Amino acid sequence: MKLLDVKNILNAKVLFGEHLLNTEVKRVFASDLISEMLINVTPGTLLITSLTNAHVIHTAQVMDASGVVFVGGKTPDQEVIKNGSMSNIPLFSTEYLIFDCCGLLFQSGLKGNKKDKH
Amino acid sequence: MPVDPLQYTPKITLEFKIGEKDFYMAGESASRTKRTLQQLGLNQEVIKRVAIIIYEAAMNVTIHATKGVLKILIDPNEIDVITEDEGPGIPDIDLAMQEGYSTAPYEVREMGFGAGMGLPNIKQNSDELHIETKVGVGTTVKAKVYLKEGGFTSA
Ligand SMILES: Nc1ncnc2c1ncn2[C@@H]1O[C@H](COP(=O)(O)OP(=O)(O)OP(=O)(O)O)[C@@H](O)[C@H]1O
Ligand SMILES: [Mg+2]
Repeated sequence: MKLLDVKNILNAKVLFGEHLLNTEVKRVFASDLISEMLINVTPGTLLITSLTNAHVIHTAQVMDASGVVFVGGKTPDQEVIKNGSMSNIPLFSTEYLIFDCCGLLFQSGLKGNKKDKH
Repeated sequence: MPVDPLQYTPKITLEFKIGEKDFYMAGESASRTKRTLQQLGLNQEVIKRVAIIIYEAAMNVTIHATKGVLKILIDPNEIDVITEDEGPGIPDIDLAMQEGYSTAPYEVREMGFGAGMGLPNIKQNSDELHIETKVGVGTTVKAKVYLKEGGFTSA
């Protein structure tokens, strides 16, 4: 599935990365805990979260996430969005809450990340 | 003298100061170090492990200590991630190492920390972990990642 599909399924607003919507989404991981993200986000993972601070961007960048979806209509500060654009991480905002986001994406064929202990 | 097979200058040290409530230093240093390691041609798995250790260890200094320094020593055989901080120290390391144990205050929980997973995460991703701590003085965390076979081949 591509980011463009994710955008359509979640009826999401693209905060950054219109030009990156062709990126492949491999898996999905949803969490509001940074330590959990560091464990479970593998390259190509789409990250779903209700956190909107710069840690999400740093984590997505370090772990090579394919993008970040902010749920519940939340939008990070301009500063954080800029941070994402500098790291080339596509950012989305959707009105759906976490459960619905995950449900909709799962229904469309995406799967979660297995706990990948190294 | 045997010729060093690696095509970069051995022993590179990166150093970052971590100030009080410097919440974004951890992520920034993890992300900057990742770039450096990519330039050196290390494989993705090693880079990921080092970045996780840096993020968690530096964040612990920010959250739990007063101030400190983060050092990354890159050597042909291994990478050391070291944090040295001035702070309260850890009274019971075994307890602190347990998944889920956290004394993080509310303000940092709101930011997505305080799961009590940082130290277990560091342990999981390092080949050696040494923690020295003195209550009321500070803590030193040294984590090593070996660069044996393939540490330098891009995956
Ligand atoms: N540098 C440090 N100085 C003082 N105490 C520390 C330090 N690092 C860890 N601790 C103590 O060990 C506990 C567990 O640390 P750990 O990193 O596993 O979890 P956390 O930081 O509380 O939450 P998380 O890392 O999941 O965000 C901390 O809550 C704190 O009490
Ligand atoms: Mg921690």
